[in-house]
Amino acid sequence: MLRDITLGQYYQTESVIHKLDPRVKLGGTLLYIISLFIFENIWGYLLAGLFLAIVIKLSKVPFRFMVRGMKAIVFLLLITVVFNLFLTPGEVLISFWKLKITKEGLRIAIFMAIRLSMLIIGSSVMTLTTTPNNLTDGMEKMLSPLKVFKVPVHEVAMMMSIALRFIPILLEETDKIMKAQIARGADFESGNLLKRAKALVPLLVPLFISAFRRANDLAMAMEARCYRGGEGRTKMKPLVYKKEDRLAYLVIAGYLVIKIVIGIIL
Amino acid sequence: MGIIKADDVTFEYIRRDEEGNVEGITTAVDHVSLDIKKGQFIAILGHNGSGKSTLAKHMNAILYPTEGTLWVDGMDTKEEEHVWEIRQRAGMVFQNPDNQIIGQVVEEDVGFGPENMGIPSKEIWERVEESLRAVGMYEFRKHSPNKLSGGQKQRVSIAGVLAMHPQCIVLDEPTAMLDPNGRKEVIRAIRGLNDVEGITVILITHYMEEIIYADKVFVMDKGAIAMEGTPREIFSQVEKLKELRLDVPQVTMLAYELKKKGMNLPDGILTTKELIDALRI
Repeated sequence: MLRDITLGQYYQTESVIHKLDPRVKLGGTLLYIISLFIFENIWGYLLAGLFLAIVIKLSKVPFRFMVRGMKAIVFLLLITVVFNLFLTPGEVLISFWKLKITKEGLRIAIFMAIRLSMLIIGSSVMTLTTTPNNLTDGMEKMLSPLKVFKVPVHEVAMMMSIALRFIPILLEETDKIMKAQIARGADFESGNLLKRAKALVPLLVPLFISAFRRANDLAMAMEARCYRGGEGRTKMKPLVYKKEDRLAYLVIAGYLVIKIVIGIIL
Repeated sequence: MGIIKADDVTFEYIRRDEEGNVEGITTAVDHVSLDIKKGQFIAILGHNGSGKSTLAKHMNAILYPTEGTLWVDGMDTKEEEHVWEIRQRAGMVFQNPDNQIIGQVVEEDVGFGPENMGIPSKEIWERVEESLRAVGMYEFRKHSPNKLSGGQKQRVSIAGVLAMHPQCIVLDEPTAMLDPNGRKEVIRAIRGLNDVEGITVILITHYMEEIIYADKVFVMDKGAIAMEGTPREIFSQVEKLKELRLDVPQVTMLAYELKKKGMNLPDGILTTKELIDALRI
């Protein structure tokens, strides 16, 4: 059933990582990604890999879920590797026809592949262990200093959480409209790409109309419940740092320091 | 003055063409006056387009009267500075349960209203628990609203309003999209609020069965109040209800037809039990 789909790729289980404050996970992921791009040496990557492996182990999420995220970028990864491999000037290792592989190219390509994979897996750890709702909350809180510059942080966070709430509803609606159209002889499956795209028009128009109607109703319901923006609003579940969260920050800081030290020494 | 008082309220929808010229004016609410006392269970009845939903939206300051005045707990809805206070005192539940649930978890949705009011976190939790218990949805507090039935969703919406501690709840056809079971659930919850918590209830509906518990019924037609009185008074005028294109509950209809054929029955029979008792004598 469509209504049973889980949003994002949250993996439900009990673990230390799941319980961390979303801000720690967001900040940690960001720092981790940065750490991947400073200093380029084998020991640094080994450390980053080890760190990631420990976090994955702690999160209790099966490794195949992390790899699932990789599928989407396999193509991008391949292109990056191929371009770096063949287009980097330097000492030629192998050459055939017009293509040549250089020593520098090989090195950059390998490092790039490692970096990108770790980047994707690292961010998967975050999305797998944090509910989309929590993530939005964390982002809102983290970005709240930007309010000084008139960035509508609360509004964006509210939009995101409403979008998440309505995705299953709209999916169900799409399903309903599709069945209604099929019952009247609409054909969504045959024909070439252009024909199929055209067939989607009678599906999208009613879907859009209904989405607008829902938006209108929702806006009214929100106003009726005294919603007036983020000003003066309290939180039912405010984000508060606990002991574990501070510890996690320390661990991340420790990791960064070691990574930098390795980078400088080696 | 009662909790809600309308004095000669008129509301006009102005239709405009693409250039913004006035094409026509539809009077949705036509010189309506009513006075609702605290703690009453009021039903507003009418077929589609009778202006009952438009009137309901006035009670929550979503719409303002074009002419006349409407007071909620003594505050004029036209005065900008009272809007939030009015919306807190007179909560509103809408027809479509999907389009009024904001949170992704039941308890978060119920907490939405108090959050907007700036209530401290600890008190929000207390209010959420108490409201969910009042509508019998406490066991579902951790569920996603998408997985609830229509009746359950509507009860969550009622809890969401309840958590704002209103004095009055306006329900705009809350059962129109529900199956008979869901409808019963919701009506039971609403009656509980009125009986146990003493909250004023204004139920807008076109289901006749739902109004038999009301203290007072207003029947609307073409924007104006066509009939008013207790359910018994209303149902004893079967001819007039038919004229207004409203259905009468089956039992009342049966009693009416029997009476017309010459049986000696009282006017305005509301329940099966009443009819049986009346026939026994």
